[in-house]
Amino acid sequence: MNRFDYIRPATAAEAIAAAAQPGSAYLAAGTNLVDLMKTGAARPERLVDITRLPGLDRIDWSPGGGARIGALVRNSDLAYDPAVRRAFPAVAEALLSGASPQLRNAATLGGNLLQRTRCAYFFDTASACNRRAPGAGCDAREGENRLHAILGWSEACIATHPSDVCVSLVALDAVVEIEGPDGAREIPLEALHRLPGDAPDQETALAAGELIVAVRLPPQAAAVASHARYLKIRERTSYAFAVVSAAAGLDLDGTTIRQARLALGGVAAKPWRARAAESVLEGAPADAATFARAAEAALAEARPSGDNAFKIELARRLIVRALSDALAGTPGQPPALPASPFAAPAGARHVA
Amino acid sequence: MSLALSLNINGQPRTVDIDDPRVTLLDLLRERLHLTGAKKGCDRGQCGACTVLVDGRRINACLTLAVSLDGADVITIEGLADGERLHPVQAAFIEHDAFQCGFCTPGQIMSAVGLLAEGHAGDDPERVRELMSGNLCRCGAYRGVTEAVLEAQSTLAAAAREDAA
Repeated sequence: MNRFDYIRPATAAEAIAAAAQPGSAYLAAGTNLVDLMKTGAARPERLVDITRLPGLDRIDWSPGGGARIGALVRNSDLAYDPAVRRAFPAVAEALLSGASPQLRNAATLGGNLLQRTRCAYFFDTASACNRRAPGAGCDAREGENRLHAILGWSEACIATHPSDVCVSLVALDAVVEIEGPDGAREIPLEALHRLPGDAPDQETALAAGELIVAVRLPPQAAAVASHARYLKIRERTSYAFAVVSAAAGLDLDGTTIRQARLALGGVAAKPWRARAAESVLEGAPADAATFARAAEAALAEARPSGDNAFKIELARRLIVRALSDALAGTPGQPPALPASPFAAPAGARHVA
Repeated sequence: MSLALSLNINGQPRTVDIDDPRVTLLDLLRERLHLTGAKKGCDRGQCGACTVLVDGRRINACLTLAVSLDGADVITIEGLADGERLHPVQAAFIEHDAFQCGFCTPGQIMSAVGLLAEGHAGDDPERVRELMSGNLCRCGAYRGVTEAVLEAQSTLAAAAREDAA
């Protein structure tokens, strides 16, 4: 790990002024940043510790039923908040499917939004990576790439964004509140992460010093609360990043879909809102044939970036499964294995 | 740059001067305070051997910069027993043979203590396994770990009922 200066500002204004200096990085729990610093993939000269900034660790509710979640709310506190689970169950399920209990106790929502790709070539400083070192090349293109992107990738970069909760948040039209050297602004979460194009090092829409202070979920996002799931295919039962994941929500008028929400994870450098699929779903009967057409629409532009053509069909099947599970209804209590398509049927007993 | 940290470690107030902000909580405990119960397995948040409680919550000490914890309350495996009397989770791990080589055991036990405080597992072994998934055991003692966590939960619940009576 490189040497760095550590500062702990008392106010957001002081933090932003410090972080606007070149070489600075914000430090919250550090569960991703400290790991990257250990490998040398991140080498900040100055860490600006924001964990003591006041007022960023609260969940506030608007009279209409929208939520404003502070950027320093810990993943476990957000996931187990009863009101969040009632209004936005796919957000809770996505959070509980990510990382481990220890990491969820530490990791913050803002940090989750800004976590870096888990591409092994990005982490390994002996490998060429355009995202870490612009112009260096991309060793993933000819390397171990079966888990890499199938949507929105470029010759410069085929990495994916690893977040689970971002997938459910982007499906629900989350808005990111930002403060920066030039004042406050807000953007849709969908516009926060950038596709790689020819500048994969430009990962987000944030300017130097800009600080995510909160994420807002609009009241309309609760319309799918009774039919919402997050499903995630992993290479082991738990504590693994997504091969492919899907957040699905349905607002039903009898057996007709009034409104649908669908987003994919593990497929692109950003949480992928499947708007073409939502258009197929809306106004259509909520049945297997509709879900299959939606899955086709969602992956229409997909193409393999390496040994990962299987992910395209896997994503189609997962979409059908997530929509079918959403149609069956949000579970009354969180599943024992959150987001797992392999969850045991009710009443089944495994060995102790 | 010298930084004076005030920490409460296993019930003892400690002031620690650290000369380098790169020191993780795990290295502070092991190398500077000689509390070697928390183990350095992967040092990357993937194995859970370094699990300790910070302000009552289980976390990975290897990914936490010590300097960011000024004022925190830290409990390690060394602070769990009451003198010679083992914590119920420690006793249950022995009773159920919940380890073989023992390297992951301090992390497993601290994680289990955190799990029981969180209270989301109920008496469902599937939930216990899921909520212990941040602790790897290369000897494969998972069955004993699950049994030990469930028994410790019963023991603690019975003790709480006695206290209330």
